[in-house]
Amino acid sequence: MNQVVQQKYETVIGLEVHLQLKTETKIFCGCANVFGREPNAQVCPVCLGLPGTLPVLNKKALAYAMKAALALNCQINSFIKFDRKNYYYPDLPKGYQISQYDNPIASHGYLEIPAEDGRVKRITIKRAHLEEDAGKLIHDEGTNSSLVDYNRTGTPLMEIVTEPDLRSSQEAYDYLQNLKLTLQYLNVSDCDMEKGSLRCDANISIRETGDPCLGTKTELKNMNSFKAVKAALEFEERRQQKALESGERIVQETRLWDEGRGATVSMRSKEEAHDYRYFPEPDLVPFVVDEGVIDTIRRSIPELPQQKYKRFRSEYKLSDYDANIMVQDADVANFFEACARLYPQPKKICNWIQGPLLQELNARKAHVRDLRMTPEYLTTIIRKTDENVLSNLAAKEAFQHVMETGKSADEVIEQKGLAQVSDSGILESVVEEVIRDNEKVAGQIREGKESAVGFLVGQAMRKTQGKANPKILGELIRRRLLA
Amino acid sequence: MIKTKGSKIVTQDDVRYIASLSRISLRDEEMARLTRNLEDILHYVRKLEEVDVRHIEPTSHVLPLKNVYREDRMRPSLTREDALQIAVQQHEGFFKVPKVIQ
Repeated sequence: MNQVVQQKYETVIGLEVHLQLKTETKIFCGCANVFGREPNAQVCPVCLGLPGTLPVLNKKALAYAMKAALALNCQINSFIKFDRKNYYYPDLPKGYQISQYDNPIASHGYLEIPAEDGRVKRITIKRAHLEEDAGKLIHDEGTNSSLVDYNRTGTPLMEIVTEPDLRSSQEAYDYLQNLKLTLQYLNVSDCDMEKGSLRCDANISIRETGDPCLGTKTELKNMNSFKAVKAALEFEERRQQKALESGERIVQETRLWDEGRGATVSMRSKEEAHDYRYFPEPDLVPFVVDEGVIDTIRRSIPELPQQKYKRFRSEYKLSDYDANIMVQDADVANFFEACARLYPQPKKICNWIQGPLLQELNARKAHVRDLRMTPEYLTTIIRKTDENVLSNLAAKEAFQHVMETGKSADEVIEQKGLAQVSDSGILESVVEEVIRDNEKVAGQIREGKESAVGFLVGQAMRKTQGKANPKILGELIRRRLLA
Repeated sequence: MIKTKGSKIVTQDDVRYIASLSRISLRDEEMARLTRNLEDILHYVRKLEEVDVRHIEPTSHVLPLKNVYREDRMRPSLTREDALQIAVQQHEGFFKVPKVIQ
């Protein structure tokens, strides 16, 4: 597809994200909300939809959803009710899903994503509502039956729907990244696409640039990662462009992303329009949430990644890149700040965290709070490097020993003899020795070849097993040969 | 669905559609009888059109109750054996159903 065609059209994308909330129990019953148990081991008459049972809303599920909605700058609606969404599918034991139709928990929010030249773009969040997850169906290959596991049935799900504000697959990707990061800060969901705790459907249409009307959209499903969402949107954007260019019309339909083929494929379902016949859920009473409760939840929201990013830029003068990395994990950000308070050298601290610390975390698949390194120990190592007590090499060694043993930085430096020798008395005799052993090079330096000083410093370092302070060595050699 | 007064409110097509949504198959005579029944019911309910509801909020619930919650505390689930007792067919701990591909 050439540049001209791509510029002729504008892409319009809206995203629907389903998020499993990590409550202890299901949304309407006391069954455990745990992933990975053996099939049908956490079901009860309520989530199996047996006659005569009644759902009761899990208070924590509502609180988590409100917390997420507030963090996404939404208004909590004064009147909240649940509705039945009726359809038949074997993963839905009741024949309906308890969801929300016209009085969702929250609406009118937004999330910021990065835009060109350091600015931000606001993506409007149309609504956020609570519903129950369905069970899991396994299609038994080669037989005429499907298998159903109802463990997931009744897991609290929050659906977050954007307006069609996104204009490219990259914006969609950035939105998902920021959404995930924000939700992880709140600790209300694991946001793990592979485990299905975060799922994303995308609506996409194209129109001629400048056209105020929206084109016919398709709905994309079955993407298993943020990268897959991006790839599916890119494929679909080109497919729609080609279709319009060759005079075809876009059919409104659901298309499945086929990861292996790298293509979206029409579901070719019977094109009867969905008719869910929503009506108010008679088994659940409505909810009117007190302003005081909303305020309490609002106050429990920690500083969010976008705010933290801005503050790190201005308070610690971190670069865009550094600030971004520091806020990718709330615990890493806190570790950074604790270090910066102990030793105000943010750039150096940042380098240590980005380099050795995050490498260790990734290698061990560990979490910051599981590490033996503390802000005290790390800043001790950095400070002693700045004070020339530790060479860069010795600092790395001290870091490794602290990580492995959990001993304090001071203890490790002492026990391993990592401190540099800066005592000029000792160093002078080493310098004497080196000059004696390398008369030729010493002569060259005397004649003005100053670049050879490094060679003698190297020799002296070898003699001291790397413990001498190379800066002092250099000074001593210069004074001795050039003065 | 409610059209002008005097005309038929429910057609056989409406009933066929509702039956298909509900996964019910109807014989011709049942279709005719149910169309008449639904027609009668809706005519009866049509009385409500005489009430002026312009200033009344839509009612979703009739009970004078709100904010009924449960705490996020675990309660015992059924054993798998008990849960699967209601299964018409089962296979290795799963409920087994006729194949469905959406």
